[in-house]
Amino acid sequence: MDVQLSVNQDQHPITVDTRETLLDTLREQLDLTGAKKGCDHGQCGACTVLVDGRRVKSCLALTVTMDDREITTVEGLADGDTPHPLQAGFIEHDAFQCGYCTPGQLCSSVGMLAEFAAGWPSVVTPDVSAAPHLDEGEIRERMSGNLCRCGAYVNIVAAIGQAGR
Amino acid sequence: MRPFAYERATDVRSAVATLSERPDAVYLGGGTNLVDLMRLGVVSPEMLVDVTRVVDATIEESAGGGLLIGAGVRNGDLTADPLVRGRYPVLAQAVLSGASGQIRNMATVGGNLLQRTRCSYFQDTSKPCNKRRPGSGCPAREGDHRNLAILGHSSSCVATHPSDMAVALAALGAVVHVEGRHGPRTVPMPGLHRLPGDEPDRDTVLEPGDLITAVELPELPFATRSRYRKVRDRASFAFAVVSVAAALDVADGVVRDCRIALGGVAPVPWRAELAESALRGAAATAAEFGRAADIELAQARPLRDNGFKVPLARNVLVGVLTDLAEAR
Ligand SMILES: Cc1cc2nc3c(=O)[nH]c(=O)nc-3n(C[C@H](O)[C@H](O)[C@H](O)COP(=O)(O)OP(=O)(O)OC[C@H]3O[C@@H](n4cnc5c(N)ncnc54)[C@H](O)[C@@H]3O)c2cc1C
Ligand code: SF4
Ligand code: FES
Ligand code: FES
Repeated sequence: MDVQLSVNQDQHPITVDTRETLLDTLREQLDLTGAKKGCDHGQCGACTVLVDGRRVKSCLALTVTMDDREITTVEGLADGDTPHPLQAGFIEHDAFQCGYCTPGQLCSSVGMLAEFAAGWPSVVTPDVSAAPHLDEGEIRERMSGNLCRCGAYVNIVAAIGQAGR
Repeated sequence: MRPFAYERATDVRSAVATLSERPDAVYLGGGTNLVDLMRLGVVSPEMLVDVTRVVDATIEESAGGGLLIGAGVRNGDLTADPLVRGRYPVLAQAVLSGASGQIRNMATVGGNLLQRTRCSYFQDTSKPCNKRRPGSGCPAREGDHRNLAILGHSSSCVATHPSDMAVALAALGAVVHVEGRHGPRTVPMPGLHRLPGDEPDRDTVLEPGDLITAVELPELPFATRSRYRKVRDRASFAFAVVSVAAALDVADGVVRDCRIALGGVAPVPWRAELAESALRGAAATAAEFGRAADIELAQARPLRDNGFKVPLARNVLVGVLTDLAEAR
């Protein structure tokens, strides 16, 4: 099928098999290898990208459903040569070891902070009807869809906490 | 994955018409369950009809004083909605306790209701499973069933329904709006999901081609005092071992009314009607909450390795009701 894919503000008219996931299209057709394949079942978060500003798992999204959506991958987070504040924060806080989960952690935290700024609660928010407060428990819960085999969680939480402030 | 055709529905009626003509076609919501099951080979439709752009994705006040939630509303948007959070906190908490932020942004209300069991044999095509292949047997009965049902199961299937959202909707008495071959109709909850009996392959009462278009919450003023609590094997991002959705109406230390449903314990979101009727008019005390829980759980028929769920469900239920009685 023909699909008009908009990734990091570049238009890509492409032809895909209906079975292809967004993750495979990004990596194999568009050479955007930032998003990683960890589990391919929605369980690890390594494939997280932003669709219309919302964080999603690209391993469960069929590319054919992505017509006229705006996709942002980790390659599109920086502003030219200036890294995104979260990217700078991850470096400053040493928030990775092998780096395999990092692109997913970055896209997820960008989406998560936007959800937080919009007042979305989480399951650890004491009063679900009130505005949440971004403490460490909130960050951990909201980022629970992103696993890190190296266990860099402490520094990831610190980096996100600083960017969220 | 088997090759399939993809079609984006242009309106509700034509989506239903397409599925009526093509028994090998299924609806596609957020795809978070369906795409995974297709990849595992558990289901292999020949056509996907994407309904995410035609099924309503808004939340409005209903004529009856409740809320009408479009079936296309993403789980994330549902939990962010001020009316849901303020009037039905149990629903917001239930959805927030499920999956992860990314999956909730993809998942739709309709797809969440119809997600399939997480029984490991169901997901493994090298194993028999009556739900996946009727008549092939149920290895879970003698095998790994630690996290499967204690209530409502049958000799042919002991799976649990995995949705957290559905537990809150069953407690609240939601009404599911369906567009079918013969036009629109409504299905009450509980009542959408069915017990396995000897047909475990049928999870719900829906007919082929039925499209869920909306979920309506009834007016329930005391639901402002409601809560969802989920016990799982790790702190976050896991399916329920046991969960409780409850709303409590207490005046002068007496229970005037209540709504209770249990998750992780049955093939359906389990509305605890026996416990509810035991509590109406009773003192709002931990002792009475325990008595009501015991009445409900007297029906439990635990399997070899999941008897722990009976006291666990009792404790979580008493804990939630006690917290609600003490709230404000
Ligand atoms: C890693 C992971 C963890 C998860 N953890 C949890 C959890 O803890 N708790 C929980 O409750 N859930 C959990 N989920 C499940 C998740 O909530 C469901 O996958 C999701 O809600 C399904 O919604 P969807 O829109 O993506 O459905 P889809 O996958 O698109 O569809 C699911 C089914 O519904 C049908 N369908 C979709 N829309 C309609 C409609 N409008 N009318 C009729 N039929 C329709 C489809 O044909 C399909 O059979 C988890 C999922 C993953 C991948
Ligand atoms: S419990 Fe149900 S889903 Fe699991 S193996 Fe048995 S028949 Fe299949
Ligand atoms: S690769 Fe998508 S969640 Fe693991
Ligand atoms: S840094 Fe190695 S997986 Fe997270």
